[in-house]
Amino acid sequence: MQVDLRVQRFDPERDSKPHWERYTVQSEPMDRVLDLLHRVKWEADGSLTFRRSCAHGVCGSDAMMINGRNRLACKIRVDQLGRKISVAPLPGMKVIKDLVVDMDEFFAKYRSVMPYLMADDEPPVNAERHQSVHERERYDDTTKCILCAACTSSCPSFWAQPEYVGPAAIVNAHRFVFDSRDDHAYERLQILADQDGVWRCRTIFNCVDACPRGINITRAILEVNGAIGERGR
Amino acid sequence: MSAAATAAQTPVHEYQAVIVGAGGAGLWAALELARNGVKAAVLTKLYPTRSHTGAAQGGICAALGNLEEDKPEWHMYDTIKGGDYLVDQDAAEILAQEAVETVYALEHMGLPFNRTPDGKIDQRRFGGHTRNFGEAPVKRACYAADRTGHMILQTLYQQCIKHGVEFFDEYHVVDVLIEGGVTRGVVGYCIADGSLHVFRAGAVMFATGGFGRMFKITSNAFSLTGDGCALAYRRGVPLEDMEFFQFHPTGIVGIGILLSEAARGEGGILRNDSGERFMERYAPTMLDLAPRDLVSRAIYMEIREGRGIGGKDYVHLDLTHLGKKVIDEKLPDITEFARVYQGIEPITQPVPIQPTAHYAMGGIPTNVEARVVFDEKNTVLPGLYAAGECACVSVHGANRLGTNSLLDILVFGRRAGRAMTEDVRASNGELPELPAAPAEPVRGEIEAIRTRSRGENAQHIRVELAAAMMDDCGVFRTTQTLMDMTRRLRDLGARYANVAVKDSGRIFNTELLEAREVGYLLDCAEATVAAALARTESRGGHFREDFPERNDTDWLKHSLAYRAEGGPDLKYKPVTITKFQPKPRTY
Repeated sequence: MQVDLRVQRFDPERDSKPHWERYTVQSEPMDRVLDLLHRVKWEADGSLTFRRSCAHGVCGSDAMMINGRNRLACKIRVDQLGRKISVAPLPGMKVIKDLVVDMDEFFAKYRSVMPYLMADDEPPVNAERHQSVHERERYDDTTKCILCAACTSSCPSFWAQPEYVGPAAIVNAHRFVFDSRDDHAYERLQILADQDGVWRCRTIFNCVDACPRGINITRAILEVNGAIGERGR
Repeated sequence: MSAAATAAQTPVHEYQAVIVGAGGAGLWAALELARNGVKAAVLTKLYPTRSHTGAAQGGICAALGNLEEDKPEWHMYDTIKGGDYLVDQDAAEILAQEAVETVYALEHMGLPFNRTPDGKIDQRRFGGHTRNFGEAPVKRACYAADRTGHMILQTLYQQCIKHGVEFFDEYHVVDVLIEGGVTRGVVGYCIADGSLHVFRAGAVMFATGGFGRMFKITSNAFSLTGDGCALAYRRGVPLEDMEFFQFHPTGIVGIGILLSEAARGEGGILRNDSGERFMERYAPTMLDLAPRDLVSRAIYMEIREGRGIGGKDYVHLDLTHLGKKVIDEKLPDITEFARVYQGIEPITQPVPIQPTAHYAMGGIPTNVEARVVFDEKNTVLPGLYAAGECACVSVHGANRLGTNSLLDILVFGRRAGRAMTEDVRASNGELPELPAAPAEPVRGEIEAIRTRSRGENAQHIRVELAAAMMDDCGVFRTTQTLMDMTRRLRDLGARYANVAVKDSGRIFNTELLEAREVGYLLDCAEATVAAALARTESRGGHFREDFPERNDTDWLKHSLAYRAEGGPDLKYKPVTITKFQPKPRTY
């Protein structure tokens, strides 16, 4: 089958603003959008620029807006989209070139929530800390995050207030706030209780739709919100 | 702009240590340096969390004995036998011993392992891992669902943030500076603006991963193009045991995405067209959990004899008897891969699979301190270190056991960090002198591609290379196929010399970098094919149909391929054997 592929292009060395280009691409129904982009890049126009690495939805490089929704190009198939496919960079992010956006701010916000285990006790010598199956289950969902930025850049609150820490950073705070081995939830909750923290969430659920890992992000945000009420202030 | 003017403007960064690559090996080494107060930088052509360590699924083995009796010595034995006795046994002993403290250290860093009912780290079975020297499968693999690698990568990156490790994200390393037998630094290409940067350092570590992209069907990321191996090879470092490449039995048909061995560890069964559990005929004790080289060959034998599904080139991985609960809790990601990429529901349908190029046992030769060695006597090349898939210690010998790659990157990544700390301290912080105009040779290479107006499309060369390697240097090899491949590589190399790109820009020119990467793949393929042609025996992942038996009299030795005009020079060095004498390998 033939797919009518429209891609938003922007070359900072030539263009003053982005424009759309159309490509007619031969495709199979089970092809991924990444396959189409590669076909264009390798056969028609080598300058088409996008990030990608693992090509099966675990590295988080190729998040982009596909037919109006944030998706990983390697995880969405042509038969899920139809014969007309449009691809644009993640919304609300500064575009560097074509589908490549600036990730620096995104990672800075991730780092701002102290996304690492802080345990006060000395770990046991030559043994693991114990954690029950139930305690482990408590934060399982938010350990799946691959930091692709699909959620944060789908969030209208983030578009309106770029200072908003965003769903991805909250998800990664949640992963430690609810880990029974961690002793410093309080510091993270204080950071997220800031005016650019969890209060900016309007439970619009775009993030849940965007997450390629199926994380229930809005629930995680609400749980962090609840934890601030209980122990964060 | 004249070359001299550009050279004068090249930024020079000074660090005690520079690490290239931010997967498990690079990150743990960086962590070790940060904890020891060594000024270090990590360069990665991706973002650290995009590294392919994150794609590892099934687990990391360590003889914790949380569910049943286990001992590091059994793990050591399995590793050696699994590697068809080409393993250096001193290295395998370290791997198995340090596995235990490594897994505990990961847990202490916060890794969310699955747990037993009493709160300990849960463990499951994996291919080739046995109790009491081969008696029966043992539960040795520690895991976090089927995203163990993801959790390892995330946990180590989190710790690097905590310890203030300095990263240069999206810097593609394009040269390693070695002069007068001493390592002096690297040249990095800043992807964001196309500028070259010199990193002067007393210690340089390669942790750049594998080169599975030289094969058509592969589980490897697009970024796994053998950069570190090829750069070292171009600077006179040999590549060790390149003829040993692992094909993982269970890849998604046509695209090679991996379905973890954990699927068989949890009880999954391989079946042919008639529904027969064919592994009963090939490995009566270990069955579906025999090592990967044996299982991949068995699948190909079934296909060759017309017992593939519908007579085609694949067989079935059957999980339907495991039930929804086990599948959802223990294998959620891989069953989603089957749904997304094949439209198959593994709870009710068998999954079509075929072997996929997965792992390079060979690479840059190192000793057990992760110091790079360059000759038959294991002489150290001062200032250069390597760990992980790009290195060859050798703990995997002729065939790697499942989970031992995650273990390898961590154990030897940490050892690299310690060795670099030691050497940096011994140097009193003095950095080696840089060669004159250090970035200019590689600038010339890059500019030649960037500015050539007409020429070959690098991607066409890559596609031809990958298809031919799959057919002629894959699971089965003969003198004829390898000689054909040698000729073809010469032709592809000549065409590569005339590669051109359409994108002549400097900002985020991924076309240019992909063209460079094809050059690295060609170098790795050249070493692989030469070593495979020379080795007239079958061992582990290297199977010669014209020499189907293992031959310890002539070939119990490591190969070393040195770059040379007219094809690689091959030398050999002995295998270190300590506790386990080579025996016939049955499962």
